Amino acid sequence: MNQYLLSTHAAAGGMPEGAPSTPEEMQAFMGRVIALEAEMDAGGTFVFGGALHGPDAATVVSSEAGDVVMTDGPFVEAKEHIAGFYVINAADLDAALAWARKVSDATNHPIEVRPFRATGRVADHVNQMPEA
Amino acid sequence: MAAQGATDVESVFREVYGQAVATLVRVFGDITVAEDAVQDAFVVASDRWGSGGIPPNPAGWIVTTARNRAIDGLRRSARGRELYEQLGAVERVSSGADGDDWGEDGPVSDDQLRLIFTCCHPALRTEHQVALTLRLLGGLSVDEVARSFLVSESAMAKRLVRAKYKIKAAKIPYRVPADADLPERLQSVLSVVYLIYNTGLDDPERSSLRHEAMRLARALVELMPDEPEAAGLLALMLLSESRVPARTAHEALVLLRDQDRTMWDRAMIEEGHGIVRACIRRGQPGPFQLQAAIQAVHCDAHTFDVTDWPQIVLLYDHLVAIMPTSVVTLNRAIAIGETEGPGAALTALDAIASDLDNYHLMHAARGAMLRRLGRPQAAAAAYQRASDLAATQADRQFLAQQIEELAEGNSAVQHRPDGLAGSQGRTPGR
Repeated sequence: MNQYLLSTHAAAGGMPEGAPSTPEEMQAFMGRVIALEAEMDAGGTFVFGGALHGPDAATVVSSEAGDVVMTDGPFVEAKEHIAGFYVINAADLDAALAWARKVSDATNHPIEVRPFRATGRVADHVNQMPEA
Repeated sequence: MAAQGATDVESVFREVYGQAVATLVRVFGDITVAEDAVQDAFVVASDRWGSGGIPPNPAGWIVTTARNRAIDGLRRSARGRELYEQLGAVERVSSGADGDDWGEDGPVSDDQLRLIFTCCHPALRTEHQVALTLRLLGGLSVDEVARSFLVSESAMAKRLVRAKYKIKAAKIPYRVPADADLPERLQSVLSVVYLIYNTGLDDPERSSLRHEAMRLARALVELMPDEPEAAGLLALMLLSESRVPARTAHEALVLLRDQDRTMWDRAMIEEGHGIVRACIRRGQPGPFQLQAAIQAVHCDAHTFDVTDWPQIVLLYDHLVAIMPTSVVTLNRAIAIGETEGPGAALTALDAIASDLDNYHLMHAARGAMLRRLGRPQAAAAAYQRASDLAATQADRQFLAQQIEELAEGNSAVQHRPDGLAGSQGRTPGR
């Protein structure tokens, strides 16, 4: 089984275009996301995921030769930042693309699909997981 | 004789490369391993075939030799041992049957089909799809592919490495898509082949790409006899190719209306017409079949004046309905110019003018219609804009002629160029 990161981006300092703006829209949006995650869970697709707070809440930490430097803000002051993601199990890219399409339908956002390579103990954990 | 022998061996290499790589990708699950193995086998073959002659089933010979050498190589290297252990496939191979299994039909054809769907996967950018298809299926060398796209060999090598990296890392599958996805995915494959053809059409120095595209299309028709769109693409290219001898004169483009139709290749037209008729009987029209049908109507006319324009407009109406792109609308507008006159055509062109502002054929078509409407200054401006955007020397030469004629005040003459688009009716697949 392979893993993929499905991520979406949002413009800095604001809600992404097409984001729910009324309470009714928000409720419908959450309903679609909950149904989608249930579907992912049922087939053993869902590994991990969620939404991120804004880039203003980020801190960059770098440790070099014992010195720790902290910087307020994200890595790069970019127009767009990662707003949320899923890590999923999928047989191949076609299967991952099919899930990305579902996520895009549910969230109204474009989704980037990127192969995910588990490392260290995560790799062991992944290898012990039953094949979906 | 020795030189002749070497040429034979080389042409066999070109022919079997795609088959051998496709089969070995299935066996080893890795394009680079497959390519290296085939290269190794070619080295052995050029040594042995020179003296012993070409074996009756060269593709099978290459696959068997490549497979054995790749397994030897994998056993020797550390990385290879790892791969070797990972791949259940190698187990099957090393204990499997000998070279007799690798006929030209059955598994080998399926392998090629799988590989072309991998190469033309929509997750790869178009120029990577094209490069991979020419390299892996067409058997062109990296240098040949590079020259076809006017980039350096090292730039093309990097492009191919990047594309192969994505296939491997993202696990782009090596299989023919499921029925539900097949029409859309096949359209992507056919578009790549048509793009290869059109690249060969734009530049006489790259004309070999046209033959490569037609070879690939023939292979696709053979591999997927039930897919009328593959047949449609082959017919479209045959009918376009039939007119190539008449298409330029003195390095300038010659419009359809001015072409010497006795120079058209009748054999190709007959084959193309036969395919179009068979497609019509099937009754499952698609974009390539409709474009072929339009070209078939053009090729059917022994003079420009007897062209069945109402039929062509009808076919464009159908094409617009299933493929509503601006370029299709442009070609339909040019046909409207013949049935309803230049005023109606100009109105249709104005509707898409902003979408196609960077497309020289749109401005050339506008120039032609404006000229017919007796507006020489506006026509010259449109032709000039077309010329600024045109990519080929033949197009620029033609446009320069039009501007010159307008300057000489010939616009009232009953000579009505219909814009460059009318000469080919080309429609980008996507």
